[in-house]
Amino acid sequence: MIPEELKDVAAQWQEQAGQYAHQVYVCTAAGCLSSNSDQVLESLQKEVKDRDLHEQCLVKGVGCMGLCAGGPLVAVQPDGVLYAHVTPEQAPAIVDALGDEPAADLEAIEADAPFYERQEPIALENCGRVDPESIEECIGADGYAALARCLTALSPTEVVNVISKSGLRGRGGAGYPTGLKWSTVEKARAERKFVVCNADEGDPGAFMDRSILEGDPHRILEGMAIAAYAVGADQGYVYIRAEYPLAIERLRKAIRQAKRMDLLGGDIMGSNFSFDIQLRLGAGAFVCGEETALMASIEGKRGTPRPRPPYPANYGLWGYPTLINNVETFANIGPILREGADWFAGIGTEKSKGTKVFALAGSVLNTGLIEVPMGTTLREIIFDIGGGIPDGRAFKAVQTGGPSGGCIPEQYLDVAVDYESLRELGSIMGSGGMIVMDETACMVDVAKFFMEFCRTESCGHCLPCRAGTPQMLGLLDRITRGEAVMRDLEMLEELCDLVRNTALCGLGQTAPNPVLSTLRYFRDEYLAHIEDRTCPAGKCKMRSTTEVNR
Amino acid sequence: MSTPSSPIRGPVEAPRQIRTLKIDGFDVSGRAEQTILQVALEHEIDIPRLCHVEGLSAIGACRLCLVEIRATGRLVPACVTRIEEGMEVITDSKRIQKYRRSLLELLFAERNHICAVCVANGNCELQILAEELGMDHVRVPYLNPDVPVDASHKQLAVDHNRCILCTRCVRVCDEVEGAHTWDVEGRGVDARIITDMRQPWGDSGTCTNCGKCVELCPTGALFEKGTCVAELERREFLPYLTAMRRTEQ
Repeated sequence: MIPEELKDVAAQWQEQAGQYAHQVYVCTAAGCLSSNSDQVLESLQKEVKDRDLHEQCLVKGVGCMGLCAGGPLVAVQPDGVLYAHVTPEQAPAIVDALGDEPAADLEAIEADAPFYERQEPIALENCGRVDPESIEECIGADGYAALARCLTALSPTEVVNVISKSGLRGRGGAGYPTGLKWSTVEKARAERKFVVCNADEGDPGAFMDRSILEGDPHRILEGMAIAAYAVGADQGYVYIRAEYPLAIERLRKAIRQAKRMDLLGGDIMGSNFSFDIQLRLGAGAFVCGEETALMASIEGKRGTPRPRPPYPANYGLWGYPTLINNVETFANIGPILREGADWFAGIGTEKSKGTKVFALAGSVLNTGLIEVPMGTTLREIIFDIGGGIPDGRAFKAVQTGGPSGGCIPEQYLDVAVDYESLRELGSIMGSGGMIVMDETACMVDVAKFFMEFCRTESCGHCLPCRAGTPQMLGLLDRITRGEAVMRDLEMLEELCDLVRNTALCGLGQTAPNPVLSTLRYFRDEYLAHIEDRTCPAGKCKMRSTTEVNR
Repeated sequence: MSTPSSPIRGPVEAPRQIRTLKIDGFDVSGRAEQTILQVALEHEIDIPRLCHVEGLSAIGACRLCLVEIRATGRLVPACVTRIEEGMEVITDSKRIQKYRRSLLELLFAERNHICAVCVANGNCELQILAEELGMDHVRVPYLNPDVPVDASHKQLAVDHNRCILCTRCVRVCDEVEGAHTWDVEGRGVDARIITDMRQPWGDSGTCTNCGKCVELCPTGALFEKGTCVAELERREFLPYLTAMRRTEQ
């Protein structure tokens, strides 16, 4: 396929879609699927067919619509109606209401509800709109147009410059400038280069990358192909965890479709640029999200990090320069090239441009997937978009950044979210997991949960992380059981300092963060556990003083 | 890919292979590809280490060779950090000593290191380091893991109670002997060295009985049956082996 044909496919699809008077989208992402949205889709398709409406009404499965708490979700266009908690039995009512007022006995969500009103989807723009299993539809929604433009109108250096100027920073967590990374790999001289997409999303409660891959896999392939063109790579890998079978299936399908249409593989779109993508499945080790461990795993070795430098940009897969970006970073590439660097740089804060996808979880009404401009405050995210805390309980803290992040208390809710502000608060942006906690959460217990995670997920390569995390966990365990003395707290702080300063990889160095941040803001809770042997939140089961003395 | 010709005439990057730097206040020099540890040792500045052995690949795992880079205050492992021009390295300070002692404490508490009943008593790198660095007691609780001893090999044996996971055995077996009998299984604190696919050492089809692993083991984890590590004469044989190989090639 050459670029002109791509336009034909897009036009054809748009024309075809325009023939339908009604379009019904059923969310078939993992969240809704687990509450049987596939049956909802089936019964809607059957209902439309039975009533002989299938020429006017299109029913299709789409990716994540975000409001996972309301699943299964069904959207009706152009009516702009969104139904939540749909059951297969409600299919006739939905079809009855087509082109009319929303059915009264169904749970309809206002189109201007804050949950959607405050969001600004870029990475997720096609999630919940296109059928992730149809490449024609993705092309109809501007898919691969940016790649076509790169191949016909831009030199690799120009592509890198666009990304640099956009101010895009790595969405995997650390926020390294994407353009700088690309230009480092571009400038490296080597016989081969590689592009790797890090889809080893492992933070507890995080599902951003999963939703993007399940909802719009072609966007990632396009982003990777553009990156490969820019840096001069001919082979790409998507490192994805095996726990995401649906994402894997859709990616596989997408790769096959793209290859068939000459959008991947040899001589893409008639140019002399060739790029192939293969999947590599992770076996579930959290540390394989760390780039050097990830590369070791792709090479077929034990997934453990190695010291940096040398960085992957110079010495990556099998020693060749390798560009590693996160799923969400690649998802932003297409829109940036389509709309321009200035457009992207106009969104967000001074140092953090664009938007960020967050997976809102925990004690919040609207759990789900959101995308907001950088600089949105935590209060807006949790209370306006998230709908606040259920059952009238009080907010206590929000945990960002997964096991490498920290807990942010109420007094900082009005801080504008970007990479720097969260770091100042002792947490990190991370990949976008956001766990809201209410007054019933014990912060020592939260710290213990994350420490247990870090102990289990430590790879065992370096000493401080391997032998330090079990010791820290042991101390936290003592505190939550009411058996600790002040010396234990001192020891805990000392070990945190040790592991933070001496561990080899980023995961080890940040493993103490959940403890340090809870100590910073909720020290009184630790003291209550130790001195008064009580758990203020009533979560920890304390041993009585007499028992301890005995 | 060929190197594009430079628009500037003459040598752009002067072939400056030698770097000069300061280690603990002393002016020293080294070749660009050398690590801080190599240069320090050449100048008779000793840096504590457990996983590193000259002649094997450096992995930066034990973190005992952490040194401070003056300009940034950051701690970097001397065994894997290359020297840079004008670098100022501090190999010993109150802070570094404290970290090293704490790291040793973590090691002692991780497995069952009881010097008094150990075959390596008096000839153990872990024990010697603890003495040198003044780590006289362990402040964290011993984890007391229940780990086995594999004495199925006819001459050699492995006692996991004393293993510190330095992986010298894994590397020497792979990189020097070429057998790759040893490897690591499990994650985190449950990681163990294994022979082949966790077969008993005696059943290993790849082990050549060369004994290099025993020779390099810093503790008493690997030992020869019927002898005690304390009487083992530790020789630095790797530099010799490497030098010999180079001449042959």
